[in-house]
Amino acid sequence: MRENIKDKAAIVGMGCTKFGERWDMGIDDLIVEAVNEALEDAQVGINDIQAIWLGTWQGSQPTEGSIPTGIVASSALQTQNIPVTRLENACASGIEAARGATLGIASKAYDLVLAIGVEKLKDVGFGGLGVLYPGRGEVVYGAFSTAPGRYAMAATAYFQKYGFSPEEGKRMLAEIDVKSHYYGARNPKAHLRTEITVEQALNAPTIAWPLGLYDCCGVTDGASAAILCPSKEAKQYRDDYVNIKAFGLAASPGWGKERDDYDFTWWDATEAAARQAYEEAGIKNPRKELDMVECHDCFSIAELIATESMLLCEPGKYREEFTEKRAYYHDGEMPLNISGGLKSFGHPIGASGCREIYEIYKQIQGKAEEPSRQIKNVKLGLSHNQGGHPGRFICGVCILGAP
Amino acid sequence: MEGIISYGAHIPVYRLDRKILNEVWERAGKGEKAVANYDEDSMTMGVAAARECLKGMKKDTIDALYFASTTPPFKEKQSASIVAAALDLRGEILTADFANSLRSGTIALKCALDGVKAGTARKVLVVASDCRLAAPNSADDSVFGDGAAAFLVGKEEVAVEMVGDYFTTSEFIDVWRLEHDKYTRTWEDRFIREQGYMPHLKKSILSLLKIYNLTVKDLVKVAFYAPNEGVHRAMARALGLDLKTQVQDPLFNRLGNIGAAFAPILLIGAIEEANPGDKVLLANYGDGADAHLLRVTHDIEGIRDRRGLKRNLESKLMLGNYGKYIKFKNLMEMEQTPDFRPRTSLPLLWRDRQWVYRFHGHTCKKCGKIQFPLQQFCMYCQAGREFLEEINLSDKKGTLFTFSIDERSPVIDPPNVLAAVSLEGGGRFFSQMTDRDTANLTIGMPIELTFRRIHDALGVHNYFWKCLPARS
Repeated sequence: MRENIKDKAAIVGMGCTKFGERWDMGIDDLIVEAVNEALEDAQVGINDIQAIWLGTWQGSQPTEGSIPTGIVASSALQTQNIPVTRLENACASGIEAARGATLGIASKAYDLVLAIGVEKLKDVGFGGLGVLYPGRGEVVYGAFSTAPGRYAMAATAYFQKYGFSPEEGKRMLAEIDVKSHYYGARNPKAHLRTEITVEQALNAPTIAWPLGLYDCCGVTDGASAAILCPSKEAKQYRDDYVNIKAFGLAASPGWGKERDDYDFTWWDATEAAARQAYEEAGIKNPRKELDMVECHDCFSIAELIATESMLLCEPGKYREEFTEKRAYYHDGEMPLNISGGLKSFGHPIGASGCREIYEIYKQIQGKAEEPSRQIKNVKLGLSHNQGGHPGRFICGVCILGAP
Repeated sequence: MEGIISYGAHIPVYRLDRKILNEVWERAGKGEKAVANYDEDSMTMGVAAARECLKGMKKDTIDALYFASTTPPFKEKQSASIVAAALDLRGEILTADFANSLRSGTIALKCALDGVKAGTARKVLVVASDCRLAAPNSADDSVFGDGAAAFLVGKEEVAVEMVGDYFTTSEFIDVWRLEHDKYTRTWEDRFIREQGYMPHLKKSILSLLKIYNLTVKDLVKVAFYAPNEGVHRAMARALGLDLKTQVQDPLFNRLGNIGAAFAPILLIGAIEEANPGDKVLLANYGDGADAHLLRVTHDIEGIRDRRGLKRNLESKLMLGNYGKYIKFKNLMEMEQTPDFRPRTSLPLLWRDRQWVYRFHGHTCKKCGKIQFPLQQFCMYCQAGREFLEEINLSDKKGTLFTFSIDERSPVIDPPNVLAAVSLEGGGRFFSQMTDRDTANLTIGMPIELTFRRIHDALGVHNYFWKCLPARS
């Protein structure tokens, strides 16, 4: 008989590197920087850790075909023959590491575990992620497709469905970009720390029309880490620990954009993962009950559609909530990506899920580094992390809360 | 009588204004020429012409396919077999490539006719296509164009009877490429004209007319090859043809010399405007010469909807600059982006051949939904393979559901337009869009499918389907 995982595991320490183009740091340096902060935060030593879950997409991509294993973490941290599981769900690898660690605690297999998300993207010699292929017939079907190219199709479809002219649509996205940069500028660990204006966003070079430069996340190096223990034992480590309330994980069947009824503006896997998590956490009205949301805004359009797909906004109403009701600012009804989001904080693929959890953990503790960014009275937050592209998503959702 | 049942042509959508060449090389060329897109080669252009030719035709009585070109994409590996697959023809047919000669198209046509006459083939599809390359700043650089023509040859419902022909062969050398040559080589033009072209072509034409007791006055149209405009005019005069009425316009200023497909496409130009009863003469030159007497029948009226020469010429996009020409024709070594290492897998393409080459999707017998590409389970109701019935979708028209214009994709001619295409009757194709004007993309616009070269990963040409804005 399955049991609910709510309130079984607690986070007692977290760390996050400075995100950015870390020319001075390799993947092992990033892991050490994030883990050392987490160990210090939890007041434990690396030898107290019984098992590790490592989420990374391609590690540091040192050579073609070189697949990262758990040794990426064990060799960086010099752990001595303890279990290390490497997990990969594309851009949702970070949340998967946290989920693995939580299940390790909830199953009572371990007392103290470590989840790490990491990606070293800037050792490869080019900007962006390069070319992505879908699954079947990958050598010719969807050849030369990139992440921005695929997400941009959803933006075009959204504009069409809800009656935005391309100019109106791009302006709406530009306003999201401005918000991301406003908060990124106030977050010391963020990658892109410059405020921008709507005009700057609108006049920026096109990456994949209708998405411009500022509609796309940074290509970033970084790592984040969490130390978890059973909730019952969390007080041994600290008073302001944070409980895991739920995880949702949904792998879509992968043939969305090939279906006649798929319109690119509603993401089924995103909805499914959110519904799993709401049920596990006992959340009836997520919009009202959640105090903050960190969502996977690899592109501005992703923040918009993911928010709607997670039932946090009526379909097609994001703009109204955002620009008229100002609901998604730190002092609004549902603060959204107050970290700066993937777009401004940066998106080291495997690190982002853990990094979102770091933001919620700090906000619940009232420890946002910059007071102007602190959300008041956070009890419950949601982290949304997804890999793939519209029509072919794997989506993870984690809900965290004060005990 | 045996003859041509149907025809189809393909002229690439891109045209190069010779002013662009004039600016770069300080020359004085006039008009424009057709230039294959970077994802086109003689094989894909041949597929496009053949699809037009087979529009509304039954494919199961085609017993052979001949592909003629001096620029087949593979030096070893047949092109006709891939053309046959893209056309979704049966496997139990004869396929052959006719290569090396500028006359390969008319030679293939003759072989097709002989097969039909002998009764060894009910129908034969003949495809002629070329995209020859002359060295930058050579005289032919400005003259050569790209294009393809296709004919279905058979015995019944013949629209153009092939009455008779006259063939000669000759060891005369004028234009050639050695084994590793990228560009054509040529001898002095006066030698070619006086010792090669004029006497050889004239002899074939006059010998044929003599056999049938005709004079040039009996011909309504004469469509004949020439290496360039000046020589073409000289031949017309030498034959005593009325330049205004009898000579099929050689289109040097709109199309260019398209090699093995040149005489065939001029024949299409002649017959698409001909009336029943008209006598038409086709003549071709290279390694000798051949002439063909044809007579148009009433069945021509049934195939007037073909995209022949005229409609192909009208639908065009202008190449903006010489840089694009350099990229399309691979004239210069470009910067290699380290992020793009194209991959291929021949076993993978072989396993998926039914949809990679033939563009088969399936219809679910349980829920009735049409889907692409082929699946193990129905995308909608998850019914198993036994419920999925394979169907060809390549002739479906479609509409653009959504798109993006990706400036960062490492395609040869960015941006890469990604498109979701709703196919008529059902099915969605996630696709690269080619032959497009990025300033004129709108949701709902009519779309067609086209067979193109995707990339040359691992030293092999890899083909698949793309979409394009429907050509008029």
